[in-house]
Parts: sequence; structure tokens; C-alpha cells
Amino acid sequence: MKKNRKWPAVYLALIFIILYAPIFYLIFYSFNSGGNMYQFEGFTLDWYRELFADTRLLIIVLNTVIIALLSAAISTIIGVAGALAIAYARKRRVKNTLLSLNNVLIVSPDVIIGASFLILFTMIGLKLGFVSVLLAHIAFSVPIVVLMVLPKIEEMSTSMIYAAMDLGASRLDVLTKVILPYITPGIFAGFFMALTYSLDDFAVTFFVTGNGFTTLSVEIYSLARRGVSLNINALSALLFLFTIILVTGYYFITKRNEKPNGMGVRQ
Amino acid sequence: MRTNSRNFYLIPYVLWIALFVVTPLLLVLYYSFFDIEGHFTLENYRKFFTPVYLKMTLSSFWYAFLITLFSLLIAYPTAYLLTKTKHKQLWLLLIILPSWINLLLKAYAFLGIFGTYGAANSFLEAMGIGGRQILFTDFSFIFVSVYIFLPFMILPIFNSLDELNPTLLDASNDLGGSSWVTFKRVIFPLTLDGVKAGCQIVFIPALSLFMLTRLIAGNRVITLGTAIEQHFLVTQDWGMGSTIAVFLIIAMVLIMVLTGRRKRGIL
Repeated sequence: MKKNRKWPAVYLALIFIILYAPIFYLIFYSFNSGGNMYQFEGFTLDWYRELFADTRLLIIVLNTVIIALLSAAISTIIGVAGALAIAYARKRRVKNTLLSLNNVLIVSPDVIIGASFLILFTMIGLKLGFVSVLLAHIAFSVPIVVLMVLPKIEEMSTSMIYAAMDLGASRLDVLTKVILPYITPGIFAGFFMALTYSLDDFAVTFFVTGNGFTTLSVEIYSLARRGVSLNINALSALLFLFTIILVTGYYFITKRNEKPNGMGVRQ
Repeated sequence: MRTNSRNFYLIPYVLWIALFVVTPLLLVLYYSFFDIEGHFTLENYRKFFTPVYLKMTLSSFWYAFLITLFSLLIAYPTAYLLTKTKHKQLWLLLIILPSWINLLLKAYAFLGIFGTYGAANSFLEAMGIGGRQILFTDFSFIFVSVYIFLPFMILPIFNSLDELNPTLLDASNDLGGSSWVTFKRVIFPLTLDGVKAGCQIVFIPALSLFMLTRLIAGNRVITLGTAIEQHFLVTQDWGMGSTIAVFLIIAMVLIMVLTGRRKRGIL
């Protein structure tokens, strides 16, 4: 298989460059004292200083992170329950119905989710703000968790469950000592996907956020519509750093999970 | 295990489905029959079939199609080459990493790159082609959309390629299949599910990107999403917005049916 190995590497390198160039472009100009995104005049950290002095923006960042963590955690719990419900549904019809309903929010365009949730929250009489944004984020993260966890459950052999039950495990034991450890990689993947969805979401939040409450995406949108401001560049540099840390952590967690672990259920 | 004892898995999940999947869809349908003053009417549907809205719908589909096509053409080779690399999970993670950066920051980066004095124009001038208007054109809209959706297209294709049993490729080789025949007859059909999933993930959001049309295409391109956002948040005509949303949902269902895959797995 040692054919010409050059062009695949070139192609991949090109894709990587295109994917990363805009991000590094942003970060590069965050150190520009010139105040624009095309002429680099000199090195400065002023934009970062300004960023950290901007308490309003820091509160928005905090809001965004809180929403992301909370919604990811809650949607992971609901999603795992949902995946178990789908996987162990006895009737094929029930299973397919649940799966289709699950996928509705995944394939739904953001504007539809946003618009329909706006109608829903208005009808219920829920005040738009933190709660409405959190509920919306949980709602659209659940199906992705289900989809990340479900394959793990389905690839698990049922004989493991029967074996555990024959050996006297209670239903709770089966769940916590057999099923959950087995599907942990899927749960982690689901959690991180939910986190990503929440951090990255703009459209849905844009619809259901009221006047008082803003997340980072919505704030960036309104800033970007006003034109270039290097504060956003500084912010994106920090966000990029944060993402790198998160991904590195995630990578090592999944690495550790790949190592063979407690497959055998021991009492 | 009997099902009735597992019903507790179902409770939060079914609640979620009822409240955030079924109800919002019904509410959108309900609202589409009301005009801006709150009277029951079919006027919105009649309005949708006027040339203005039909033209917008068609152009929206055309852009989404182009975005999906280019994403697929770029993503498939990337995913394929990724599976051949040594630390493929790490490389995959690096490919997905940019998708974790907030979508609006990436769009904002292109405001700088494609701007009048931006990097793209400097590059064109250095090449001797000369600067031109890039921002607020169809090209910039499609380029940025493909850039943003690329990781989402790569991921499912990568997964299906990764699941591919390598002995099948050996078998095809042994039976005298050239690499092209192997690709056409073995690899591509077996990864079709991934391709379909990728197209689904890209096409439907591409119909509804209102922030990109606003930021990058400068209101030149009006997608279905832009129209819905306009009606809901600007003109407050929820009825007409809902009507467009209904058609977007119909389009979504059609796409789901077209790209849907049959669940074959047996428990």
C-alpha cells in the first residue's frame, strides 16, 4: 500500500489550513494596535485589557457557560433515559415512532425550533430570559445525546444483561454496573456534543431570549452587525484557547475509556 | 426483563417529546391560519403561492443544494484520507475542533478576510488578478456556509468509513477490483448512510441560515430562514412566519424520507 503518499497529505493539509486560517486570522489581529482587521500596525494587549474591564461582557460569558453546562447535564440525563427507552422498547412500532420523534428536532432548522419555542413560551406565559433559553437549549440537546448513546446500547450484547440477572443482579445493578459502564463513552460523547450545541447556538437563542438576557452568540451577532471591533477578536482568541483545553481534556478521557476495563461483572 | 418495569426511563423522555417536539409543531401549524390581527384565515397560504414567495423558496433551495454539494465534494475525500492516517481519532478531533468555535465568530472572521482591504483581496492583488468585491456576494455566502458545515459533513462520513470492514476491501482487491471499482461498488455504497446523514445535517440548516445571509450576504440572499426571522422578529407577523415555517417543515419531512435509512439492527 506504499503508493504515492504525497497528495493525500497535501489535500489534508490544505483542508486544515482552510479550516484554521480564519480562526488564526482573528487571533492575530486581536494583537493589532491599529484597530482594524487588515493592517497590522503594532503589537498590543489593549483589546484584552478592555475585554477584562468590560463587566457586562464577562457576565454574558458567564451566562453562556452556565447555560451550556446546565443544559448539557440535564439533557444528558434525559437523553440517556430516552436512549434506554428506545433501545428496550418491546414493540418495533413504538421504537420507530420514538426514533422519528427524536430526530425531529435534529433535522429541524434552527429558525423553526426558535420560532415554535417562541410561540410555546409566549403561550405558556413564560417570561423570556434565562429560563426560556435554558429550556430551549435542553430541548434541542436531548436528541443528539440520544443519538450518541443509542448505538452503544444497541451494540451491547443482551446476553450480558441476562448473565448479570442470572447471577442475581437487581435491575438497578444491571443498570449501574453493566449498562452504564458499557455506554459511558457514548454518554461522554453526548454530553460534549450537547455542550457544543449549546455554546454554538445562535438562532434558537436569538428567538427566545428576551431583552434583559443575552448569550455570547447573540452579543457577537449584534456587535458584528455594527462592524469590526477588535474586542471580538480578543474574545475569540480566549474562546479558542478554552476550546483547545476542553478538547484536550475530552481526548484524554476517551483515550482512557478505550482501555479495556471492567467488562466482566463481578460481585 | 419485562418492559413495564422500565417505564420510568420513558417518563422524562416522553414528557420532553410531548412538550418540545409535538406541541411546538402543532402551535406553528395553528398559528399559520391566523393573520396579523388574529383572525382565522387562509390568506397566508394564498400569499405563499404568489411569485414573490415562490421565487424566494426556489432560490433558497438552490443555495442549500450548492452548499450541500460542495460540502460533500470536499468532505468525502477528507474523511477518507482521515481514516488512513495513523492517529485518526486525534486528526478527526482536530477537524471537528473549528466547529466548536462559535459560528458567528467564524462568520465575523470572514468579514475581515473578505473585506475590501482584507486578506483575500491582498492575495488576489498579489496574484495580479486585482481586488474586487467579495463580501456580500453569492460566492462569499456559499464559501462561508461550506466552511461552517464542512466538519458536520465529515463526521458522519468518517464514522461510516471507519466502520467499514477492511476485509471487504481485501476481498474486492483479491477478486480483481481496481481501486476505482472498489470505491464505486464497495466503499461508496457501504458508506451511503454516512453520506445521507451528512447531507441531511447540512441541507436543512442551509435552508434556514439567517445570520449568515445577514452578515455575509448583506441581505442579498433571502433564504426561508431569513424570511421566517423577518416575520417573527421584525414585522411581528407570526401567522405568515408560521406559514413559511410549515412549508419548511414539509420540505424537511420530504428530505428526511428521501435520505432516511431503515433501521436494520436487531436487538
